[in-house]
Amino acid sequence: MSLRLALRRQARVWAPAMFLVVLALAGCARDYPQTTLAPKGDFGRIVDHVFMTTFWWATAVFVLVEGALLYAIVKFRARPGAPEPEQTHGNTTVEIIWTIIPAAILAMIAVPTVKAIFQTAKEPGPEALQVEVIGHQWWWEFRYPALNIVTADELHVPVGQTVNLRMTTVDVIHSFWLPTFAGKRDVFPKRFNNIWFKADTTGVFSGQCAEFCGVEHGRMAFRVVSETPEEFQAWSTRQQMGSPLIGGGMVPDTTVATALAAATGDSLAQVDSILARGKAAFMSGGCIGCHAMVGTPMAGQTALIGPNLSHVGSRHTIAAGTLPMSDENLARWLHNPDAVKPGVLMKLPRPLTDDEVTALVAYLRLHQ
Amino acid sequence: MSQDAHAMHPETSTGLDSRKMAIWTFIGSECLFFATLISTYVVYRGKSLTGPFPHAEWTSPTGQVFEPILEIKLVTVGTALLLFSSLFVVLALYGAQHNKRGMLLGWLGATIMCGVFFVSMQVYEFTHFVHKGLKLSTNLFGASFFTLTGFHGTHVTIGVIWLFTVFLLALRRKLPPEKALNLELAALYWHFVDVVWIVIFPVVYLMD
Amino acid sequence: MATSALDHAPAHAHEKSGLWSWITTVDHKRIGILYGASAFIFFLLGGLEALLIRVQLANPEQHVVSPETYNQLFTMHGTTMIFLGVMPLSAMFFNYLIPIMIGARDVAFPRLNAMSYWVFLAGGLLLNASWLVHAAPDQGWFGYANLTERQYSPGPNVDFWIVGLQVLGIASLAAAVNFFVTIINLRTKGMRLMRMPMFVWMSLVTQVLLLLAFPVITVALVMLMMDRNFGTHFFIPAGGGDPILWQHLFWVFGHPEVYILILPAFGIVSEILPVFSRKPLFGYAAMVFSGCFIAFLGFGVWSHHMFSTGMGPFADTFFSLMTMLIAIPTGVKIFNWIGTIWGGRLEFKTPMLFALGFIAMFIIGGLSGVMHSSPPADLQQTDTYFVVAHFHYVLFGGSIFALTAGAYYWFPKMSGRMLDEGLGKVHFWLMMLGFNLTFFPMHFLGLNGMPRRVYTYPADLNFGFWNMMETVGAFVLMVSLLVFIYNLLRSVRHGVVAPADPWGGATLEWAIPSPPQEWNFAEIPEVSGRDPLWEWERARGGKLPEPQRVSGKGIHLPNPSYWPIVTAIGILVFFTGFIVGFPYVNIAGVLVTFIGIYSWAFEPA
Repeated sequence: MSLRLALRRQARVWAPAMFLVVLALAGCARDYPQTTLAPKGDFGRIVDHVFMTTFWWATAVFVLVEGALLYAIVKFRARPGAPEPEQTHGNTTVEIIWTIIPAAILAMIAVPTVKAIFQTAKEPGPEALQVEVIGHQWWWEFRYPALNIVTADELHVPVGQTVNLRMTTVDVIHSFWLPTFAGKRDVFPKRFNNIWFKADTTGVFSGQCAEFCGVEHGRMAFRVVSETPEEFQAWSTRQQMGSPLIGGGMVPDTTVATALAAATGDSLAQVDSILARGKAAFMSGGCIGCHAMVGTPMAGQTALIGPNLSHVGSRHTIAAGTLPMSDENLARWLHNPDAVKPGVLMKLPRPLTDDEVTALVAYLRLHQ
Repeated sequence: MSQDAHAMHPETSTGLDSRKMAIWTFIGSECLFFATLISTYVVYRGKSLTGPFPHAEWTSPTGQVFEPILEIKLVTVGTALLLFSSLFVVLALYGAQHNKRGMLLGWLGATIMCGVFFVSMQVYEFTHFVHKGLKLSTNLFGASFFTLTGFHGTHVTIGVIWLFTVFLLALRRKLPPEKALNLELAALYWHFVDVVWIVIFPVVYLMD
Repeated sequence: MATSALDHAPAHAHEKSGLWSWITTVDHKRIGILYGASAFIFFLLGGLEALLIRVQLANPEQHVVSPETYNQLFTMHGTTMIFLGVMPLSAMFFNYLIPIMIGARDVAFPRLNAMSYWVFLAGGLLLNASWLVHAAPDQGWFGYANLTERQYSPGPNVDFWIVGLQVLGIASLAAAVNFFVTIINLRTKGMRLMRMPMFVWMSLVTQVLLLLAFPVITVALVMLMMDRNFGTHFFIPAGGGDPILWQHLFWVFGHPEVYILILPAFGIVSEILPVFSRKPLFGYAAMVFSGCFIAFLGFGVWSHHMFSTGMGPFADTFFSLMTMLIAIPTGVKIFNWIGTIWGGRLEFKTPMLFALGFIAMFIIGGLSGVMHSSPPADLQQTDTYFVVAHFHYVLFGGSIFALTAGAYYWFPKMSGRMLDEGLGKVHFWLMMLGFNLTFFPMHFLGLNGMPRRVYTYPADLNFGFWNMMETVGAFVLMVSLLVFIYNLLRSVRHGVVAPADPWGGATLEWAIPSPPQEWNFAEIPEVSGRDPLWEWERARGGKLPEPQRVSGKGIHLPNPSYWPIVTAIGILVFFTGFIVGFPYVNIAGVLVTFIGIYSWAFEPA
């Protein structure tokens, strides 16, 4: 047959194969903040190592088997005048060979797999920082029992120290997925699951809920801030002020004002003014029904439906990663949470006035 | 149950009548159905947060004392009757196959009576439990017990209706030996329902 | 020698056309067509749901649909494609082909067969009726408790899902009993089990899976319904129940279910490859045993769907090893298919293109499955777009490609006309392009951090580019389907008239006219090996003469009946009672069902 025709026939076979290869390569190119392929924590590395083992074996098998298929398609296509092919029914030897070889390859995957299963199942020792993770529809609560901290949607960890997460949920099943440092683990009501990691880089990283949990499952992200031990210490100290686990969250107003002034660099007079107006809006707007907030009567509550807001201003995002923290976004959220996150359980008793929103935005951002 | 659908000697690949094979196939599937219900019962055994309990005494928060709620004696009688009824239906089948109408009607009637007694016993048991404070919603035992034995009881009831239909056919002289398969199919189903109870009875009533 | 006992029933004048003839039909071929037509429409509906999903996800932060609607879309897309798409499309082939391939005139229980279809249709309609009240199921196709409990899903969405699946389960079980008995008991003389066409073997194994797996989900759904409506706490933690029990029960059903979805596809491909390679299937016995082994092992791997639930290292290890084990017989099948075409004389007609495409795509899906089998790796992959990629490669690249191959292969037999080859090739290449463009990038998205079942995603995660590509791919897929629909509609009326054996087939269906006469065979054939047609052609030294159509005098067929549809209506009414919450409706349903069953039982066949 003519070269052109042969090439055209070849192209039909190789074009799709090339297409897939291009797609595959292209996949590696961009930067993905939430990628699993560039782990920055020990758990993540163990998992990634096992994955890469399976990946390379799978790639080898892919090339061999798809290659054999494509070869057969090209080599054995009907040519005019070709005789009837040999009516082979099978070959026992070949069957045995192609049963044993895959079994051997699977063994090469099974061994590191089982090792990694047991490695990742071991709970860390007492030197780990214990954190409790509690899933809610649709936000994440984090508690540090040893530090008496209760916070939400942003998990701070000291770089280089193992963090042990003990996890549960108050409502439905969620899944805590932190691709950069670990993997995922589902959270169940009335049960505790566990995952751990040690971050080896500082930075702000994101994770998401990975088990369908209702209407706003898609907006149940969280941030992990990996920071130096000093930064972590400073953060912890700030978080402890007004924590429900310390003195029922009751802190004298002056202490609150001083602490917030120090945290933000605002003057005490400014802080007092923001606190006064903000607290009034917080109470009149009904926020107090669902959120614990230092300086209010509900500061000591730990079982409210909404997250603890005592240090909400320090977080990078609002509404579980839905919006970046900013005055405009906070205002947008407060005016109509349902427009930002339809179905959210934050149902305002009545719409807030513009003045209330302005006061609340300043108030919330003040609470670092 | 079709009257004349199939030839007297259907030629099948296995030699077995297709309808008999169908019943066996169905029974195989039903085994998984009851296995799931029984597994759930077993998995939740001892996990009820509140009483009344099957084998243990319970004092409610208000101070009321509940005896273990299962009444083994009554159910044992029902179990025995159900077991005997499998024998009875075999005898009835023999009567059908050998053209002994009296034997057929008598033993089939006895089978049905046993089935009716068993279901009545269960109805009594269920209403009694509800009066004593055990409902579907009370605890995991209530949920899994009523569901498991309720489905079994429903199967017994369907079996009773089926056997009764065959009984009526026999009464109207529409069950000659050539049509004995119609009874045999019902009997196979009946044996299955019995075997399931043979598993349920010890698991629920006898084991602690 | 007649194998069907039905030959002795009195003959009736059978209506040949008109709505009533279809409603009362007990002819397996008509029932097959009913399944196929209904399933195809549901498949298109599922495809529409997919397109809406893809439009919503094309760009970050879009609001094309609300999250509530989105959750209904992905739930119904999955539920529809599995239960109303792939399964009934397979059923079309079971119905149409099995009796003919084993040399029978019909299935063992023609009326039960008809009832299975009507109950299936009832289930599909019941499930989709939920759209009319804006309350389609929205809890994901595997409906994890305790999200599905009344407290967190107060509306009727989950109730629709429960009753829809229960009704569909009844249809599947009835059909499974029927086909199991048919295959075991109605084979013609000489057709030993190890001489059956591979499609029949895979179908047999599928029926066993259906019989053993569906009861488990039936019970799970009953328990969920009781939690929602009768106050029990099977899966409610506050009452002592455990949501994990739902997962175990669901996946004990759910994993065999995926083999139910793929085994018929395996069977179809095993029929097509030999014909277009002009040589027999390589390793027939190995194919039979691997199919049985896959089915058997398929009951032992279910918790590989639960690797992120924290079952503990021993459970993780067990299920991981079992899952890896099941890859072996699956690989054996792929190698045997390659062995079939190896050394053959390959003709690239449209059925062959899709069959080869199936192998190519299934290899990819199988390999991503092996990647999932490792729990530590799976802790990153599960619940992400990586697994969405995996199951679409095996279910679409696998099952749908194979079913499409089957459609092109057997369309001439069923309709008496050929589908257009040119359009078929266009369909194939567009589908290959669209399918890979839609689903291959999902591997990257999953590994790069995109979870599944999210109605949108932030721009700064950089998922936008590949999502847009996938949406483009989805529309390419849509175009490929439009080509297919056009081909179907045109060919049914204007296609080239098909002979009995347009492809040079090896199995009995190619020995009878296209389309077959109602009784299938003028004379029931006897076989003495696999590939009977090839054997007869070799003995003859050439192609067999075109089979003549006969008058059918003296051939007795089962009479049509309306009791199957009446029974199906009774079942539908019974389950609808749970939706409307009105017990009299349940009672009415039971009564109608009883009337249907009794009348059926006493009706002469």
